[in-house]
Amino acid sequence: MLPKDQLTIVLREKFPEGFIEITEFRDMLTIHIRGEHVLKLLRTLKTDPRFAFNFLSGITAVDHLEMEGHARFSVVYHLLNQHEARRIVVRAWVHEEEPRLPSAYPLWKTADWQEREVYDLFGVEFTDHPDLMRIMNPDYFEYHPLRKDYPLQGRGERDNFKVVKRSIGSKWPSEKGFE
Amino acid sequence: MTLEAKALSTEKMVLNFGPSHPATHGTLRVIVELDGELVTKAVPEIGFLHCGFEKLGEHLDFNQFVTVTDRMNYISPLCNNVAYALSAEKLLDIKVPKRAQYIRVLMCELSRIADHLVQIGMQAVDIGAFTVFLYGFRLREKIYDLFEMVCGARLTTSYTRVGGLMRDLPENSIPVVYDLLDRLPATLKEIDGLLTHNRIWLDRTRGIGPISHDEALSYGLTGPLARAAGVDYDLRVKEPYSSYEDFDFDVIIGQNGDVYDRYIVRMYEMWESQKICRQVMDNLPGGPVNVDADSKYILPPRPEVFNSIEGLIHHFMVTMENRGFTPPVGEAYVPTESPNGELGYFIVSDGSREPYRVRTRPPSLINYSAFPRMMENMMVSDAVAILGSLNVIAGELDR
Repeated sequence: MLPKDQLTIVLREKFPEGFIEITEFRDMLTIHIRGEHVLKLLRTLKTDPRFAFNFLSGITAVDHLEMEGHARFSVVYHLLNQHEARRIVVRAWVHEEEPRLPSAYPLWKTADWQEREVYDLFGVEFTDHPDLMRIMNPDYFEYHPLRKDYPLQGRGERDNFKVVKRSIGSKWPSEKGFE
Repeated sequence: MTLEAKALSTEKMVLNFGPSHPATHGTLRVIVELDGELVTKAVPEIGFLHCGFEKLGEHLDFNQFVTVTDRMNYISPLCNNVAYALSAEKLLDIKVPKRAQYIRVLMCELSRIADHLVQIGMQAVDIGAFTVFLYGFRLREKIYDLFEMVCGARLTTSYTRVGGLMRDLPENSIPVVYDLLDRLPATLKEIDGLLTHNRIWLDRTRGIGPISHDEALSYGLTGPLARAAGVDYDLRVKEPYSSYEDFDFDVIIGQNGDVYDRYIVRMYEMWESQKICRQVMDNLPGGPVNVDADSKYILPPRPEVFNSIEGLIHHFMVTMENRGFTPPVGEAYVPTESPNGELGYFIVSDGSREPYRVRTRPPSLINYSAFPRMMENMMVSDAVAILGSLNVIAGELDR
């Protein structure tokens, strides 16, 4: 694979609008790109023989509300080239007002459930996803719990659960039966 | 006079499989559409055990979260501990001593044997052969006894720390490890005798739930599932971590990607794990199992804490809420080969004491997402065989 400087030149030429930068931390390269251009970038990384990242290891997201970043959310793709055992990270940045980016499902089917998870927990939407619905939380749930503005102990969604009172052990049943 | 057979009018039936079904081993629900006994569509519904482990990780420091990783894959918790410690150490740029790396490898490989024994036993129980389960569980109990001896707990091991291990291998555990490794061939032989050429087992597993090489890559399958489909990728060989490059072992590759091949791959993998364990025990280096205590990552020895003011201050510096070590701003992900496949923790740090974001790459979730594809044109009774071969752990699936 190309080193960092050459990769920057190649990608800046190929994606003049979407490309933001390439960072390196602990020998791992991260490509930063605007959300709407991510599918084109992923397709290039998968099909271009210079890269040949044939395996999508994982999709997740980070909420940058309390941390510096290019936008509020970044969707993180971990790619793997199995022939050379190389990895690269792609970070697609989306804004808070319109958290939407194209789905990676046409390239890898594993994107199906993992994008549903990101949608459920972060509220980032994926266009052209075959079946975008919540996966962990129930369908009537209103919030996205892994966002930083959602408190650790919840917003009291579980406070109105029905409480079953049992009188066994504390007192004997009266003639009317258990209370 | 001629007899005329009228075509039967059929309609599709929807069957609810789970969430509490004896063959699901956890709360899994699958909605199956049936045409007679043939499955036309299977839709898994997950999330029954969702407990927000990742949210919790943002509020616990690096050593505290190790206890949560135990609860994710509760069949092989030590692999989770090691995976998390490796990611945290990459973020902090720590190199643990060789002895600690070797002991981690030993624990991971013993966990792999225990995990595969349970998986094969459970799958056999689901299909209707109870004996295998008992034969496998006998050795698995011995392995868990060893874990108890080393970590103090059978299931919630929490054995790793950032920068090393909770403690060294106790002296009396070394003959126990050798005893375990000597017992394994007999157990494998018993299971092999009961299943490998068993007519019923072959009928129930051969050609069931097949998945091709390309589909396995597209669905992101890893571990024994991918290798059964012919994907030659083992992270222990291709991207070695924790000194795996020191050991000599073979990667087992299947051909057909069906349930039978997954069983065969797992059987041979146990044998290879046993080889690695022996190499670890024969070449176990001496020395400490933790990084230098002066680096302020590791707690000082207990007598020092109780008997010297420097030791006490050191202890507080590590454990107090507003003290402790802080990593630089950045992110780290170290993939490891867990018994189910690629397991890794993606840790993002904003430079504070707690990680900003902890993400598990859960092999159970990603392997389970291929279940609808595997169920295509299978019988309803095959659902149990395929589900067993996936080895879905609900704690890791829903997190």
